[in-house]
Amino acid sequence: MSGVNLNKVVKSYGDLEIIHGIDLEVHDGEFLVLVGPSGCGKSTLLRMIAGLEEITDGTISIGDRIVNDVPAAQRNLSMVFQSYALYPHMTVRKNLAFGLGNLKMPKAEIAKRVAEAAKILQIEELLERKPRQLSGGQKQRVAIGRSIVREPELFLFDEPLSNLDAELRVQMRVELAGLYQRLGTTMIYVTHDQIEAMTLATRIVVLQAGRVEQVGTPFNLYNYPQNKFVATFIGSPKMNMIEGKVNNKGLDLPDFGQISLPATAPKSGAIHFGIRPEQFTIVKSGSAEGDATSTGEITLIEYLGSELFLYITLPSGHIVLVQASSQTQYKTGEQLTLSLTAKNAHYFGEDDLRIPLYDEKK
Amino acid sequence: MTDLSIQEASDIARSYRIIRDKRKRRATITKHLFLAICSLVMVYPLIWMIVSSVKPDNEIFGNISLWPSEFIWQNYPDGWEGLFLSFTVFYKNSIIVTVLAVIGNTLSCSFAAYAFARLEFKGKNIFFALMMMTLMIPYHVVLIPQYLLFLKIGWVNTFLPLIVPRFLAGDAFFIFLMVQFFRQLPRDLDEAAMIDGCSPFKIYWAVILPLSLPALATTAIFTFIWTWEDFLGPLIYLNDIRDYTVPLALRNFISQDSVSMFGQLFAMSILSIVPIFIFFIFFQKFIIRGIATSGLK
Repeated sequence: MSGVNLNKVVKSYGDLEIIHGIDLEVHDGEFLVLVGPSGCGKSTLLRMIAGLEEITDGTISIGDRIVNDVPAAQRNLSMVFQSYALYPHMTVRKNLAFGLGNLKMPKAEIAKRVAEAAKILQIEELLERKPRQLSGGQKQRVAIGRSIVREPELFLFDEPLSNLDAELRVQMRVELAGLYQRLGTTMIYVTHDQIEAMTLATRIVVLQAGRVEQVGTPFNLYNYPQNKFVATFIGSPKMNMIEGKVNNKGLDLPDFGQISLPATAPKSGAIHFGIRPEQFTIVKSGSAEGDATSTGEITLIEYLGSELFLYITLPSGHIVLVQASSQTQYKTGEQLTLSLTAKNAHYFGEDDLRIPLYDEKK
Repeated sequence: MTDLSIQEASDIARSYRIIRDKRKRRATITKHLFLAICSLVMVYPLIWMIVSSVKPDNEIFGNISLWPSEFIWQNYPDGWEGLFLSFTVFYKNSIIVTVLAVIGNTLSCSFAAYAFARLEFKGKNIFFALMMMTLMIPYHVVLIPQYLLFLKIGWVNTFLPLIVPRFLAGDAFFIFLMVQFFRQLPRDLDEAAMIDGCSPFKIYWAVILPLSLPALATTAIFTFIWTWEDFLGPLIYLNDIRDYTVPLALRNFISQDSVSMFGQLFAMSILSIVPIFIFFIFFQKFIIRGIATSGLK
């Protein structure tokens, strides 16, 4: 058993509480990603699991064992740091073997494990080099190697890819996913990059200001965000938010006008109407579909090859982001009619929580 | 409108270039001349001492010329055996005191510095402030209380007062130097080592110390120089000529009631510089090498 259980975990520095009682269960063999904006406490939470930060209140258990007072070395976990934290004065081989030597493991066993890890990560020819002679990607491999030789119950990653260039990041992401499939060990991974989160995770935990906003599979977070924060945080580019007013005929949206709502909808107040860029339809002349339409002017075009994003300024001045086919030609300044379908959208109440209007029908 | 041919234009350019080069050369010569004179002023006492060590005694203060009328190389062997005891004894004493002081200072100061830089304990800031305050107290102020203390425990007339304090992290200057150095080492390394199963001592020993060679080398060099040429400490605590260190022994060449042997004094002074010179040459490369050890991103 190597699941991790957080029970009402609190962290404060003096009077300043930065983690506000987090409950979280990490299943055995799961790849859990903690994601959130800078300063949301995700790294602190990881460091508390690692044993590098003390826990102010609550309990953390790894497997069946409460580890609040267990030193980091005895938690049977390993961690990959954002800065890699390789020992600069040791060769790659010594870097890999250092932790095993501290465990008083026999020399032959250490040599065997180092050789295995080097083979998995293809760093065999680097073993006699010092860290300063390695490129960023190679350092990253060594850092990962240092954690797999330990054969821990739990892997922790603290933004391990953020120092790599874009191409290498994608490559290492794929390798990490492969490593996870191969080892099947529980992994907890911190990142602020939601693409990393979406591609790697079995489940994602979205954190904000020391609180868990939502836990779920990438599919669930994208399609059923539980609040406005998660809705706009997950998904790139961001979900469009339009402030609508509920009246007796349904929902009144600026620019788009009236749409009807099911009977379960609130009868008054404001609703944040969220719609992702790919959920708009661009209306060709004559063929009006969808529940509401509006015409606006293209102010900016982002061409990405496989897809295209249009920034469209609607009559009210509100700018919406629309995904379009990259095979069609658009010009800035062009007028374009957009239509939207009510059941594809996300609805959030005045308290920013999701109103599940159409969830069962999707 | 005048048109220049290519030939004329290149001639003008060349003459400008020649003038510019000439000016540059003159500036370089002036600069080097100035620096040479300055360094001559700086090393003159050393040159004077070297020359005096091979001059006949009556020429040292009597003759203005640097060049000796005859070279008395005999000053060296005579000086070595010139006192009541051979310089072999004084060198042995100096080496014992200095080597132990260097070991003691580098170990104990780095130990204390590690605690200040990395560990959390009650009263850390107060202790640090107290330590820094000792930097501001002149040595001569604590001299007498310290002497009385060592007299009471019966250490006067032994090497202990010169050695034991070095093992107790008594040198705030070096502690401060190393605290600053340790603080700029990334904490991620400590944490990685912690996860790799290191105790705080093991982190200090296996991670921090090997990465701090520049600070350790600086401490070792300065401790060596300051201890080797220390005159006041040995003068106060060592009374028996058999315990004398080299600087104390040198003083014995100057005698109040008989003829001072200045030639031999300078010969031995020259020899007393040699260990410092060798030690510096050997350790200064660590200062340079340490700078290139950053293994992070």
